[in-house]
Amino acid sequence: MRYMLLIHVDPAQLADPESPEGRANSERWYAFTEGLVQAGAMVAGEPLQPPQTATTVSVRDGERVVTDGPFADTKEWLGGFYVIDAPDLDAALDHAAGMPHIAHGWVEVRPVMEMPARVDAAS
Amino acid sequence: MTAGAVERAFREESGRVLATLIRRLGGNFELAEDALQDAFAVALATWPRDGIPGNPGAWITTAARRKAIDRLRRERGLADRVALLRALMEIESTPPDEPVGAVGDDRLRLVFTCCHPALGMDARVALTLRTLGGLRTSEIARAFLVPEPTMSQRLRRAKRKIAAARIPYRVPRDEDLPERMAAVLAVLYLIFNEGYAASAGERLVRADLCTEAIRLARLVAELMPDDPEAAGLLALMLLHDARRDARVDAKGRYVALPDQDRDRWDRERLDEGRRTLDRALRLRRAGPYQVQAAIASLHAADRVDWPQIVALYGTLGRMAPSPVVEVNRAVAVGMADGPRAGLALLEAVEGLEGYQPLHAARADLLRRAGDLAAADAAYARAIDLSANAVEREELARRRAAL
Repeated sequence: MRYMLLIHVDPAQLADPESPEGRANSERWYAFTEGLVQAGAMVAGEPLQPPQTATTVSVRDGERVVTDGPFADTKEWLGGFYVIDAPDLDAALDHAAGMPHIAHGWVEVRPVMEMPARVDAAS
Repeated sequence: MTAGAVERAFREESGRVLATLIRRLGGNFELAEDALQDAFAVALATWPRDGIPGNPGAWITTAARRKAIDRLRRERGLADRVALLRALMEIESTPPDEPVGAVGDDRLRLVFTCCHPALGMDARVALTLRTLGGLRTSEIARAFLVPEPTMSQRLRRAKRKIAAARIPYRVPRDEDLPERMAAVLAVLYLIFNEGYAASAGERLVRADLCTEAIRLARLVAELMPDDPEAAGLLALMLLHDARRDARVDAKGRYVALPDQDRDRWDRERLDEGRRTLDRALRLRRAGPYQVQAAIASLHAADRVDWPQIVALYGTLGRMAPSPVVEVNRAVAVGMADGPRAGLALLEAVEGLEGYQPLHAARADLLRRAGDLAAADAAYARAIDLSANAVEREELARRRAAL
């Protein structure tokens, strides 16, 4: 079963990627991803640019509405995501709890909605 | 045989049958429960005429299995219908009460799934009472003073989450067991407390919830015989419950511990509680429930050893620090060393401005210290904060007696 892990990070804990601390951080994320691959759990995953780069679009009464943001009220940002394959929620939670940032941020674990197979009306 | 007798006999076995059925159906709570409900309807129709079957567990398993198959045949839209049907065909009608080890008991899987931390506390409580306890949704709704549709929706949501997020149906691994066991015990204790000190409503004690919590705690303690806290919690419940009847007088008024008629204490329960506590302590791994049970046991002694109770509250505060424990310790110190010493400790408690027992305790200590004006104000605050009619009346009586 697939789960989406939405990674919420505390920006105060983010280090400059060029600094030794930032590089060590990146290494930890690479190692985590490699762990997922080794476990056969990796489906997809990407880090995201900060929320200041986000744009929101909707269509109301046929008009496209584009705005800057959104900017969340919470201290933490959505900093990236994985889609993993895990046998059950406990296994997914184990993966999520092993993320490098977990002592400062949090992870929302959401099951992917598996679209039901079409049932043949004649069956 | 009355419908009530059928229901009681059915409920004795239904938790075990349901637990196994859920496993055989790959965690499908909804179908398992519906089938069990159908089987109950058949039992209501036939048991009064034919008597309770020799092996009710096997009878219910067979009937529920048949009903589940009927339901699956009707529900053609279900994607995994074929797999479910096959699983049902494989269920032998062997008696479900054949000897199996505790870990093999499906009820243990059921309790861990119902008390999974991924479910909200309200949902855990409701689901545990519904599935493991076999209570009807209407009974649970009444016990927690919510409308039946609300409770029914709460249960439905919880079952949907178990299915959609695939909360596993199994006993956790050893390394997760202490944490998950603590979550299970917390749910049972909450059920007991809601029964013992009804937080709202007209009556002080809701005995049905206490009885149910004890039944469930007994089951968990049996299934996890090496867990001292499971036994500790059972002991704690028994020791409190033994004094249940004495806490309310003939007119429905609250009676404080020192004024209780000890002849109305249930000696058998007290003894069982003490034996259970001894069994827990022999495992030599102390924990908060065992300490609280030891305190309850001291309270029920012929002469209350307050310094010992103070010491145990100190231990409890180190194991599980909480301002509520500090309030209780202050009350005990007030008994051991006098009201001024208790008040000094209460002053240091932080973050409980809205906690009724703190203000009631403060009022009592102030009264004993002779500071009647301050006691009056503290009683007024406690009365304001209480949602229970019996409790409020008692506080008002103490205030009037100043």
